[in-house]
Amino acid sequence: MLHPVPTLKETPSQTAGPYVHIGLTPNFAEIKGVYATDPGSTMLTPDTKGERIVVSGKIVDGSGAMVNDALVELWQADADGAYVAPMSPNSNSTPAFTGWGRQPTNAEGVFSFETIKPGPVPGPDGKPMAPHVVLWIVARGINIGLQTRLYFEDEAEANASDFVLNKIMDPRRRATLIARKEPGAVPRYLLDIHLQGDNETVFFDV
Amino acid sequence: MVDELSASSEGSFISRDRAWHPPAYTQAYKSSTLRSPRNALLSLGQTASELTGPAFGHSLLGELDNNLIRNFSREGIDAIGQRLIIHGQVLDENARPVAGTLVECWQANAGGRYRHKREGYLAPLDPNFGGCGRTITDANGYYSFRTIKPGGYPWANGGNDWRPAHIHFSIFGHAFAQRLITQMYFEGDPMVWQCPIVGGIPDMAAIDQLIARLDRHNTVPMDALAYRFDIVLRGRRSTLFENKLEGN
Repeated sequence: MLHPVPTLKETPSQTAGPYVHIGLTPNFAEIKGVYATDPGSTMLTPDTKGERIVVSGKIVDGSGAMVNDALVELWQADADGAYVAPMSPNSNSTPAFTGWGRQPTNAEGVFSFETIKPGPVPGPDGKPMAPHVVLWIVARGINIGLQTRLYFEDEAEANASDFVLNKIMDPRRRATLIARKEPGAVPRYLLDIHLQGDNETVFFDV
Repeated sequence: MVDELSASSEGSFISRDRAWHPPAYTQAYKSSTLRSPRNALLSLGQTASELTGPAFGHSLLGELDNNLIRNFSREGIDAIGQRLIIHGQVLDENARPVAGTLVECWQANAGGRYRHKREGYLAPLDPNFGGCGRTITDANGYYSFRTIKPGGYPWANGGNDWRPAHIHFSIFGHAFAQRLITQMYFEGDPMVWQCPIVGGIPDMAAIDQLIARLDRHNTVPMDALAYRFDIVLRGRRSTLFENKLEGN
């Protein structure tokens, strides 16, 4: 036998519900004084290397309504294309960039992360993947977290050869993952997430 | 120990059994109707972006972060309700402990009222109960919280739907592919089997995995009842080396 049969089943997922903010962003939920800050609310320190950007978008349901009670987590590499080591045993140090952020959507269904543009990460095919961030979305009505990626429209050449984008057969669907750039002192990359319908975002089973 | 935990020495994660989890669209849970994708998920061979994940040091934690009886208390007054210890082990599917991972939880108070501006249920807030907690598993994957038993509460789904008493859990694991949010229920609660959110899980054995067991052994006499809730995250496949086909 090459791989032993797993002995346990994964704990099944359940929706995060409408009050997810109580547990995951309590200060945003106006529960003050328990945690100094909401985890993941700030991704940058003055020491973080890389180009400052904003990653932002709306979350839209199958009727076109804004999803104003979602929670989004973002996971990305640093400017050199490296992920922070997953387990730094017993480390109490705070690295200049952890690569992880967590933001609720606001009353208009908009999430927004102040971060840096990630560098290219090696892909399984031996080539670098195009710069991207991973997004994980939970909310009332979402029974199991939805995972997707955000790519950058000004990386067209890298996007064209990206390992993951090329798994999406329909080029119209590939476009659902490419964020539009709004230039400025701090460039903004905008991508709306459509949970269902004509412009439905590509979600992954990772 | 360090090698055992390091991501680079291991292979991909065992595929998620999506027939074990609730599907995206579960008719009886009405909010899922417009919030479930209609297209199939695209299967992705895991890359570095899925095989890594954030790590949290113990410096994140305050002294009372895992004590919901006290962490919102105004003048040292305990939250009202049945005092509980909720504890368990985080394991992966290969039954290996998941050490050093962040576990977060949130819940309603003893009357079923959440401290959230969008919540309008007429049961009152408890001035000494916030409802959030967090901890990091120890070297053997164990975690524990002190809290009060949440009440069930009504919600606008069916005409007379009530959630069973539950505590929401969020667990990171060691990679973003292991990220999980779920809900814990209490042994013997008849409302578990009437709930459309629970009922979205197709398999009774999977539902049973979300039910914490009364744990008399860890109950503290004259203080707090204990419930045991173990959590299983996805396991990893061993890396197959050419010279060691059996894996490791």
